[in-house]
Amino acid sequence: MGQASAQAQPAASAQSTTAVRRSLWSRPIQRREAIDGYVFILPWLLGLIIFTIGPFVAGFYFSLTEYDGLTAPHWVGLANYQAILLHDPKFLLAVGNTVWYVAASVLPGVILGLLLALILNQKVPGITLFRTLFYMPSIVPAVASVALFIYILHDRFGILNELLFRLFHVAGPHWLTSPRWSKPSLVLWSLWGVGGGMIIYLAGLQGVPEALYEAASIDGAGTWRRFRHVTIPMISPTLFFVLIMGVIGSFQVFTPVFLLGSSEYAMESAGPMNSLLFWVIYIYNQGFFYFRMGYASALAWLLFVLLMVLTLLQFKVAGRWVYYEGEELR
Amino acid sequence: MRLVLAYLLLVPLALIFVTPLLWLISTALKDDAQMGAWPPVLFPSPLRWDHFYTAWTAGNFGLYLRNTVLITVLASVGQVGTSSLVAFGFARLRFPGRDALFAILLATLMLPGVVTLIPTFVLFKQLGWLNSFKPLIVPAYFGGGPFFIFLLRQFYKTLPQELAEAAHIDGASNYRIYWQVMLPLIKPALSTVAIWAFMGSWNDFMAPLIYLSSPEKFTLTLGLRLFMTNTQTRFQEMMAMALLMTLPVIVVFFAFQQYFIQGVVMSGIKA
Repeated sequence: MGQASAQAQPAASAQSTTAVRRSLWSRPIQRREAIDGYVFILPWLLGLIIFTIGPFVAGFYFSLTEYDGLTAPHWVGLANYQAILLHDPKFLLAVGNTVWYVAASVLPGVILGLLLALILNQKVPGITLFRTLFYMPSIVPAVASVALFIYILHDRFGILNELLFRLFHVAGPHWLTSPRWSKPSLVLWSLWGVGGGMIIYLAGLQGVPEALYEAASIDGAGTWRRFRHVTIPMISPTLFFVLIMGVIGSFQVFTPVFLLGSSEYAMESAGPMNSLLFWVIYIYNQGFFYFRMGYASALAWLLFVLLMVLTLLQFKVAGRWVYYEGEELR
Repeated sequence: MRLVLAYLLLVPLALIFVTPLLWLISTALKDDAQMGAWPPVLFPSPLRWDHFYTAWTAGNFGLYLRNTVLITVLASVGQVGTSSLVAFGFARLRFPGRDALFAILLATLMLPGVVTLIPTFVLFKQLGWLNSFKPLIVPAYFGGGPFFIFLLRQFYKTLPQELAEAAHIDGASNYRIYWQVMLPLIKPALSTVAIWAFMGSWNDFMAPLIYLSSPEKFTLTLGLRLFMTNTQTRFQEMMAMALLMTLPVIVVFFAFQQYFIQGVVMSGIKA
C-alpha cells in the first residue's frame, strides 16, 4: 500500500499547478466528477444498449414474426407461441429432457460439492492437495472433458463398462448410444465438475466464526446439531446462490449436450432417439439449422420467462430458510 | 479418529476424481497393445509420444491454435481493460443515476444469455461479421461483462478513500487517479479477471460454433470437435489433443494460484 501511494505522489504533484488553474475556471467539482463518471462507464453503457437491451427487445419482436434471417421478418402475432405450446411435440420433449437433467444434476451436484467442502474443512493435513485434486476437473475445457467421457463411456472400448464387467460381472449399459442412458451419462459428466461449487462452499464454511461453534458446544450441541443449527444457517446464502445459478445454468446447458448429441459437424443435434434434445439445443436447431429465427426467438423467450419466474420463486422461498446476517433467526 | 474418518472418505473420492484425468494422460501415451489390456494400464511403457505429432498434423491443430490465441488475447485485453474502467466509475465516482444503472448491471447478471442469442447473431450478420473473429472479440471491449465489473468494483471499494483524495488535492484528474493510483493497487483482482477472461475465450464452444463456418477460421474447441467426429481418429489421438487443450488451463491455474492467494492475503492487510 505504502509503495503504491509513493508511486502516485510525484506524478500527482507534477500536475498540481495546472490543475489548480483548471479548478479555478471549471464549474462545481461535482459536475466534473459526474461527467467523468459517465465517461468511465461509457463502454458498458454502449454495450448494454447494443448487445443486451437492443437484442433483448429485437428478440421479442422476432418471436412475433416468421424470419429466415435473409428476407425481412414477416409479422405473425402470437402464432409462434401458439404453435410451440399447443402443436409441437418436440418442444414438450425438449422441456421434459431439460427438466430431467436439471433435477438430476443440480441438487446432487450441490450435495456432493457441499460434502466435499465439509470434509475438507476438517483441518486435515494435505487439504491444499485434496482441494486441488477435486477442483481441477472443473477447469478442464468442456470439449476436452466430453472427449474424455466419450472414450470412458464407450460401449466397446470404454473403461467403465470394462470395469463393471471384470469386477462385478455386470454387462454395462450403452451409455451414450441408448436413449435411456444418454442423460445419466451427462449427469456423470456434470458431477465430475462439482469442484467449482465446492470451492465456493469452502470459502463460505471458512467464513463461519469459530466462536459460534464453541458457543454451541458449550450449550451441549453435538456434531450433527452444530452442523444443522450453525453451519447450515451460516452458509445458506452461499448454498442458495449456487443453487439458483446452478438451475439457471443447467436449463441453458448446451456444449456437452451438443457434443454428445450430434455426430457430424453442422448437423442437427438431438442424441439417440431425441433423448438429448434439450431446450437450448432445440433453439439452436430451429435457428441455425432450419433458419427459423422467429420460432427460435419465441422458444428463447419462453425459456427466459420460465427462468425469471423460477428465480423470483426461489427468492420467495429463500425467505423461509436462508439466513442473512443481521437478520433475526427464525 | 476424526482425521481417520476424513481420510477414509477423502482418499477414495480423490481417486475417483483424479482417475479420469490420469486415464486421459495415459491413453494419449499408449501403443495399441496397451489400449485394451487387462488389468488397465495407467502408466504406459513404452511411452508413445507420436500420437501428438500425428494428431497435430492430421487435425490441422497448428492453425486452430493460432486462431484461438489471437482471439483469446484480444478478447481478454478488452475485458480486463474496459471492465477496470467501468468498475472504477461505479466504485469511486458520484454521478446522477449511478445506483440505478448499477442495479441494471446486476439485473443483467441474471439475464439468461440465450435470450439475446438469435438477435445478436442477426446483428453481426447485418454488419457482415459472420465467419470472422470480430463477433468473438469486439463485444469484449464494451465493459467485459457484468460479472467482471461487479468483481472489480468490490475490489475498488476496499481501497481507502484518502488515497484518491490526497491525489485529488495534488490536482490529479480522475483519469490519472485511475491509471496511476488505482490500477497498480488492484493488480491481484485484475489478474483474477484476466485468468477468467482467458478461460472464457479458450473454452468457448458455442460462439465459435455459431459465428465461424470455414475450417481455416476454427478455434481449438471447434477443431477438436471436428477431429472427434472423424471416424479415422483413434482414441489415443483424441486424448492427446484433448490433453493439449487442457494443458494451458492447468498451467495457468497452477502458475496463478500462488499469485491469486498472495493477492487475497495482501487485500486482507490493506487498511
